Amino acid sequence: MSKQNDIMIQTSQLTMGYGDNIILENVSFEIIRGEIFIILGGSGCGKSTLLKHLIGLYQVKTGQIIIDGDDITLAQGDVLQRILNKIGVMYQSGALFGSMTLSENIILPLEEFTDLPKSACERIAALKLKQVSLDGFEQYLPSEISGGMQKRAAIARAMALDPKILFLDEPSAGLDPITSAELDQLIIRLSRILGITFVIVTHELDSIFTIADRVIFLDKETKSIIAQGKPQTLKQRSKNKFVHDFFNRQVSI
Amino acid sequence: MTLRTQQAIPPFIYDVQIPAEDQLYLRLKGHLSAQSIGLLWNEVLERVQQEQKPLIIIDARDVSYCDGAGIGLLTEINRQQHLKGQHCNVINLKEDFQKLLDVFLEDPAFSPAPRPKERVNIFEGVGESFYFFIEHIYQQIVFLGELSVHFLRALRDPLRYFRWTDVWRVVEEGGVQALFIILMINFLMGLIMAFQAAIPMRQFGADIFVANLVALSILRVLGPLMTAIVLAGRTGSAFAAEIGTMKVNEEINALKTMGLNPLKFLVTNRILGMIILAPVLTIFADFAGLLGGAVVVRSFGYPLITYVNQILGAVHLNDFLGGFIKSFVFGFIIASIGCYRGLETGSGASAVGQSTTRAVVSSLILIILAEGAFSIVYYFLGI
Ligand SMILES: Nc1ncnc2c1ncn2[C@@H]1O[C@H](COP(=O)(O)OP(=O)(O)OP(=O)(O)O)[C@@H](O)[C@H]1O
Ligand SMILES: [Mg+2]
Repeated sequence: MSKQNDIMIQTSQLTMGYGDNIILENVSFEIIRGEIFIILGGSGCGKSTLLKHLIGLYQVKTGQIIIDGDDITLAQGDVLQRILNKIGVMYQSGALFGSMTLSENIILPLEEFTDLPKSACERIAALKLKQVSLDGFEQYLPSEISGGMQKRAAIARAMALDPKILFLDEPSAGLDPITSAELDQLIIRLSRILGITFVIVTHELDSIFTIADRVIFLDKETKSIIAQGKPQTLKQRSKNKFVHDFFNRQVSI
Repeated sequence: MTLRTQQAIPPFIYDVQIPAEDQLYLRLKGHLSAQSIGLLWNEVLERVQQEQKPLIIIDARDVSYCDGAGIGLLTEINRQQHLKGQHCNVINLKEDFQKLLDVFLEDPAFSPAPRPKERVNIFEGVGESFYFFIEHIYQQIVFLGELSVHFLRALRDPLRYFRWTDVWRVVEEGGVQALFIILMINFLMGLIMAFQAAIPMRQFGADIFVANLVALSILRVLGPLMTAIVLAGRTGSAFAAEIGTMKVNEEINALKTMGLNPLKFLVTNRILGMIILAPVLTIFADFAGLLGGAVVVRSFGYPLITYVNQILGAVHLNDFLGGFIKSFVFGFIIASIGCYRGLETGSGASAVGQSTTRAVVSSLILIILAEGAFSIVYYFLGI
């Protein structure tokens, strides 16, 4: 396989923001096929913003985002649909459809994009929910379950169509350590067995050291990437004080 | 003052001395806490301001306790001195409190950041709101354009295009909610109108013509209009609230990244439901209005059949159809405005409330404008 084929997402010279407020400037990185890629940074530095631009929800101001060979910044119509069908997204807020049961939330994309009969969709939805330990809650509404459960249901929905790339915004925030560790195992399994590429925003150090292949570290002041690489390497060798402190869980005074 | 606070607050007092020409010595005593310094906050600051000394020494040796508010007072004095290029020293503060204070003394000019964008002057304000107004109209035109594209696509295969369960839900829920109110309002409309008209018409022995008046105004104008007003208040606002909440919860974003178009998925079904619902309710409204008129005419001693015959003689099919056709347009206006306002909801829960209000107000305005337009068109068509 050529080097080009190993790259799932290639970004170059991205500048993004809301209106006149630039959040990130000239960032470039690539995400390799099948890896677990983690976006780090202090609160409010633009991690969610980067994620939302990567999936084409907002237009970047400049730059290119090539997802599996297609440029999402230019894509429209069928090309855009082709890209979207390759990705699954879990939003920081969960964003489950409030008027539908958990099962219906997962069935929706199945119904819209496949020819599966209704009974098959229900079966698949139940399996996806079991995968995140939510079996038995198929007929609950999102408002009837806890915040952590909503997160898990949202992950199940993101996996509905077995996407090639999963974007997860703080999947383990608000989960207890056991569930959070289970989630890590699930992510590792999906990545090893199905070869799914993960792009994850998280602050959980344990989780980062367990699952991450590579991380990038965003910075609010410079609006750019201040460090990237394997978490272990960064922990030991990063010259940037903030990055070093982050991985070693310190506050320097 | 309640007993609890009387007991809880040890007093705070202060004392000012001028030991030298260029110095002010401020001695603080007692409890510097949010409960105790409120009454003296302004007094202390004013006193310090009046004296205008280049150096203020705050002696805190008798301060037994100091919380965030106490620190606030100390830093505020320090900040005011700093702004004038003068100085302030806090001495003898207990070590724990001193540590707390040091955190804030690092940046003596610290003050809360203003809103990022302040409106500079009235001209800019006017220009800005004009810009937003134009922008808004542009957005609405874009929205209507996209909607038309979707409906044209839907025509190719309506059975597959629409989610009929959603369409039916709009008809069912909207219909159930609104039916009783619409029946009642129109019944009373017919009744009140007949009654008010009957009194003067009676003097000329023309009271049976009340039937003509009621029938024409209900069928041509009031039936569809009252139905639309109730629907705008109940169902249109509900659309804005539902979709607005979805926007705030990022559900709309979730739809988009699934590749499901929110317009197709959320808007077209609701509009179709409303276009079905409004005419049906209008027919009910018409009947209720005529019934209201009948009650009055009956009470004047005319048999019901006379009333019916009088109406049949006065009303043409066109009168009914004229009103009926309006109701389709009203239905479209209410649903599309409700959905549009929902989709343009900003962030935060309060934005949903704003969208809901806006949905109702814009629908009412547009309904009245459309009513006017229909009147003119019907006049030229001779209907
Ligand atoms: N919809 C928006 N409109 C305008 N500004 C926004 C919007 N969303 C985020 N911002 C701004 O962008 C910046 C980055 O926000 P973002 O949500 O990407 O942070 P984050 O890194 O995900 O933080 P956290 O870890 O708290 O989730 C913030 O300063 C915020 O004020
Ligand atoms: Mg975030």
